[in-house]
Amino acid sequence: MQLTHQKSWSSWTRWLSWEQIAPWLVPFGLIVVWQILAQAGIITTRILPAPTQIVEAAIRLLQSGELVRNVGISLWRAMIGFIIGGGIGLALGVLNGINVTAERLLDSSLQMIRNIPHLAMIPLVILWFGIGDQARIFLVVLGVFFPIYINTFHGIRSIDPNLIEMGRVYGLSRRKLFWQIILPGALPNVLVGLRYALGLMWLTLIVAETIAANSGIGYMAMNAREFMQTDVVVLSILLYALLGKLADVAVRILERWWLPWHPSQHG
Amino acid sequence: MSRKTTTVAHAAGTQLSIRNLSKSFGTAQVLRDIDLEVVPGEFVAIVGRSGCGKSTLLRLLAGLETPTQGEVLLDGHPLRGFNSDARVMFQDSRLLPWRRVLDNVALGLKRNGKEHGLWALQQVGLASRSQDWTTALSGGQRQRVALARALVTQPRLLLLDEPMSALDALTRIEMQQLIERLWQEQNFTAVLVTHDVEEAVYLADRVIVIENGSILVNQEISLPRPRNAGSAAFAELKTKVLERILGDRLRTGREAAIAS
Repeated sequence: MQLTHQKSWSSWTRWLSWEQIAPWLVPFGLIVVWQILAQAGIITTRILPAPTQIVEAAIRLLQSGELVRNVGISLWRAMIGFIIGGGIGLALGVLNGINVTAERLLDSSLQMIRNIPHLAMIPLVILWFGIGDQARIFLVVLGVFFPIYINTFHGIRSIDPNLIEMGRVYGLSRRKLFWQIILPGALPNVLVGLRYALGLMWLTLIVAETIAANSGIGYMAMNAREFMQTDVVVLSILLYALLGKLADVAVRILERWWLPWHPSQHG
Repeated sequence: MSRKTTTVAHAAGTQLSIRNLSKSFGTAQVLRDIDLEVVPGEFVAIVGRSGCGKSTLLRLLAGLETPTQGEVLLDGHPLRGFNSDARVMFQDSRLLPWRRVLDNVALGLKRNGKEHGLWALQQVGLASRSQDWTTALSGGQRQRVALARALVTQPRLLLLDEPMSALDALTRIEMQQLIERLWQEQNFTAVLVTHDVEEAVYLADRVIVIENGSILVNQEISLPRPRNAGSAAFAELKTKVLERILGDRLRTGREAAIAS
């Protein structure tokens, strides 16, 4: 009896250890307090709707299909912009990292452009592309490009030159040197850039979608503001938080997958 | 997995001729007019104080530097660019942390890489660690993996750039014995750069002392192997070489000690 009891207790604690519960206590507590304050009327619905109202709004928008459609279109814009910007950033980072001539030609120009906040380009981007998806994707491309470029470049430049010398002594061709030493050596930095880029990707998209959009999470929030639907506004903000968190989890999975050797994976 | 089934019979070591070799970096002349003949299968140790140019000589032999003057001949052919006959073992192991032990050893191998890699790991006694990450190894084990990587292609010339200087005393003795055994088995020519005179006398057929970029001593070591570092003959040779390196300083120091 004692044994079985202990066993069930230990399996229970294995499922939900203190370490796993602890991070959730504060947010959960805040939500409870928020709900109580909202129901008591201390916080008016116009300022902050109760959590239950936000859940209701989510269900309502899910049923109408509006939520799925807007999240879908936002995800699509984010992805396209990320693939283009990240691809160019990676390619230029690699090029400038391994080729000194390319670095001399391009790097200082890129550093100059980097110092312009990309959101400051919005008026110009609207003049160039109008207010369609192209403008929004272009802004995401700009936002994603620089963190990937800088970290890839830096990652390649900070590889131990002794390892490259060793590779050459051991008869690796230039191509093998790149795939077996330079790229794996730069990968931890590339992933740091990826994490920054994903953060900037959502940030850019939020701003881009609140300006003259007719779909997407940002549009949903702006539209709701006009009709004083605070619950939808808060829901949109929470959606961004959730998507940002998901992106971060994705990078962690990539790190576990691509950097099994890295000290950060053995903590 | 005996090597006889996987590879052809082993060729003898490289014959090495160094002729009027000089190297300058800017205005600083590091090596001047070095002449040295190394017969196939010989074990030569190069000793000297730090900054005497011994590592530069090794890098010239590896083709990692180009001579300012003179040339290096491998079996009579002048060396151009990287020395593909040679494998270098560095002071730091220079293993790739993103590859497992076996994949580090098999670096650059095309066919039968795993098979040859495992054979090389067996030679250094680390076959059981073939699937570990290199970060999980101790310093001595990392150098043994680096040795396996150097020997996996059965090079005819092994260049050792102070590979034991970062190891603790006990591990260093093990490593010296391992290198001696593998050298005896595989007949490659070996050039060891070290600042440890005892290590040089223990391992080498000939000890070269370099000072200010020139060869100061070319001392044959004909002690029978395995050598006993505690024997009188060993101590005598070691002192002889040390005295030449340290010059008058050692002698006057001794006389002072005796006088007091």
